Amino acid sequence: MTVRGPHAHHRVAVTGIGVVAPGAIGTKAFWELLTSGRTATRRISFFDPSPFRSQVAAECDFDPVAEGLTVEQSQRLDRAVQFALVCAREAIADSGLTLGDVDPYRLGVSLGTAVGATMSLDREYCVVSHRGKYWEVDPERAVPHLFDYLVPSSFAAEVAWDVGAEGPVSVISTGCTSGLDAVGHAWELIREGSADVMIAGATDAPISPITVACFDAIKATTTLNDDPEHASRPFDARRDGFVLGEGAAVFVLEEWERARRRGATVYAEIAGFATRCNAYHMTGLRPDGREMAEAIRASLDIARIPTTAIDYINAHGSGTRQNDRHETAAFKASLGDHAYATPVSSIKSMIGHSLGAIGSLEVAACALAITHNVIPPTANWTERDPECDLDYVPVTAREQQTDVVLSVGSGFGGFQSAMVLSDPEWACRD
Amino acid sequence: MTGIGVVAPTGIGREEYWEATRAGGSAIAPITRFDASKYRARLAGQVPDFDPAERLPSHLLPQTDPMTQYALIAAEHALDDAGIIPEQLPEYAAGVVTAAAYGGFEFGQGELQNLWSKGGEYVSAYQSFAWFYAVNTGQISIRHGMRGPGRVIVTEQAGGLDAVAQARRQVRGGTPVVVTGGADSALCPWGWVSQIANGRVSLREEPHRAYLPFSREACGYVPGEGAALLIVEDADSAHARGARRYGEVAGYAATFDPPPGSGRPPGLERAIRMALADAEVTPQEVDVVFADAAGVPDLDAVEAAALRAVFGEREVPVTAPKTGTGRLASAGACLDLVAAFLALRDQVIPPTPNVTRAHVAHPIALVGPEPVSASLQTALVLARGIGGFNAAMVIRRAA
Repeated sequence: MTVRGPHAHHRVAVTGIGVVAPGAIGTKAFWELLTSGRTATRRISFFDPSPFRSQVAAECDFDPVAEGLTVEQSQRLDRAVQFALVCAREAIADSGLTLGDVDPYRLGVSLGTAVGATMSLDREYCVVSHRGKYWEVDPERAVPHLFDYLVPSSFAAEVAWDVGAEGPVSVISTGCTSGLDAVGHAWELIREGSADVMIAGATDAPISPITVACFDAIKATTTLNDDPEHASRPFDARRDGFVLGEGAAVFVLEEWERARRRGATVYAEIAGFATRCNAYHMTGLRPDGREMAEAIRASLDIARIPTTAIDYINAHGSGTRQNDRHETAAFKASLGDHAYATPVSSIKSMIGHSLGAIGSLEVAACALAITHNVIPPTANWTERDPECDLDYVPVTAREQQTDVVLSVGSGFGGFQSAMVLSDPEWACRD
Repeated sequence: MTGIGVVAPTGIGREEYWEATRAGGSAIAPITRFDASKYRARLAGQVPDFDPAERLPSHLLPQTDPMTQYALIAAEHALDDAGIIPEQLPEYAAGVVTAAAYGGFEFGQGELQNLWSKGGEYVSAYQSFAWFYAVNTGQISIRHGMRGPGRVIVTEQAGGLDAVAQARRQVRGGTPVVVTGGADSALCPWGWVSQIANGRVSLREEPHRAYLPFSREACGYVPGEGAALLIVEDADSAHARGARRYGEVAGYAATFDPPPGSGRPPGLERAIRMALADAEVTPQEVDVVFADAAGVPDLDAVEAAALRAVFGEREVPVTAPKTGTGRLASAGACLDLVAAFLALRDQVIPPTPNVTRAHVAHPIALVGPEPVSASLQTALVLARGIGGFNAAMVIRRAA
């Protein structure tokens, strides 16, 4: 074991995972879905999508009461908070942690969301404005918990109350990198000694008319409406935009020695994390992937792991042409020749792009890939795009020793994030 | 801390805001931004009217909510104030950390109305980012070419301090310059009905009697809007470039309240003690406290009790200049930091407009509606976000 001085950083272990994903409620079902290569994308069922350009989404079949929430919670809380609560409870149960044994002052929450209570806001707006008839709204029709929809910090508060956290609690909202950044934020807090245990993850439930309309307006989402099961096609030559999704993943992150002392099963160590802004465009990406490459380099530096050790890259892989080129260039710029030898896949091909949540769902996939030594595939990849010439693990999951994994995210606003996870035994083997 | 940018109800620009604040000025007034006559609450702290086209490039106007315009103006002021030209910095040397609470609600209301009254094809191409919580970090980084780490924190009113603390973390992690702070505005009908739903907004009609924290007449708070952005720099590199320093962020802590009904003590006192410990400052060394000043009697009692527990019999002056601006959500605590740094600079404690004395039940030395000259080295700034978020920050005057 490495000897660490008083100013050394604490190491961070992932000891519990909870997932709500399209086609899969619970971590076990999630991993089965990802390794089967099945897709959970379908024609939108939450409302009539026919007036919209893009009519496909990856929806969760989620019954909050069946998943343990009260009827009151199922009515009051936005769907995204419901996901987060269910995931947090699963993650804690999975970790074997007894909450009574954790000092509440040393227990925190870091929850990511890109668009907060969008579904509730869209719905309640219609109520108070008589479906947009008037600019002035009717205060008599406002629900009492409207403020909780206005300010998404209410999401973290709900989770903190549920788990009894009285340490640092926050929502991180950096668009589509929220899911990586919220886990990264929790990692920073444990690393510097501000918390021993963090309930960290991200959630989004954006499948509502306003979200579909806003992505229609910039033609970011797919129009493969006739074949919804095959509409999410990252890195494939025929992809034409992302498929909107929803879901959540929440982790128990623990200070390494604490996890070891209690004999916890460690899925993975979070070894490094870094973010950069591209300072380029709110929705555009420079094709050279420069800032993402820098975030990757910085995260590996912090992890003190050489690029050649990377066994798998979990890509942002949204399935827009600009993203797929940008990211492919970033991997080449940061990893050099090793990029060509490294499997790269996008689970968005199966569960869509759940905006702020997806980064955490991808971290879950990375931790499970390390545990099971299986790499989830890029579903629907059938036709090579000359601009994307890496190994995208097409269609079928791959068994392979997987010790060091890189996960990346890219979001509106120019956010670029990278996280390195490693097998808990890897450093010893090395 | 080397730069300040402010867009506040009491003034746009550092000195305009500070002059009004020192003088105990108040901008709380009936809402003029929209017809508020049918709402139960009708007062707000509104940023004075200005023409955004005079202050921002024209291409940014159609894609920004008012809160983003405030953030962009304040960020530019802060960079100018610090004498930083981001293009001259190394490529990844400057980061952006902002706090948000409401997002771009006015912009969002317009697009929701387009969607539901006219149809999806009338929704703006900018809706995909103009309303969301991450927009200010993105827009500031793009406008000034800042490619370092970005972050956005949402902890309601506590966010203004949590963002600055994250900026400090990033500076310590090797990013020499970080633009940080908060911006919020939701003064449209949809934003207003959502804000007043929290049950804490004052329903009183008289502007000078509507937001009276710690007073016997406390009856809630008045919402406001605005932005406060700061430049946080590595102390050595700020010194090396000869930057004028307002002071330093010496200590910080954040805690969360226990679940309602648990019987466990609220977390504010613990946040104060941890922030003092982080700053290696004793309670005796704190010269002034900028209070959260919720304006809700139970919450005022919690804050007064926390201060009493930490400072004991000692009568440390407590001020709340936000009674002149209203509560600005994520911008509020950062604006308090601005006031605190300027108080240290000018050796004067800004007043608490409209509040003449604290309720006898709250044993604190509240600074009333007049400024107080004092020898000030160290200030404590407190913020609480609705839901249970507590943050405390200790700042020190530049040596």
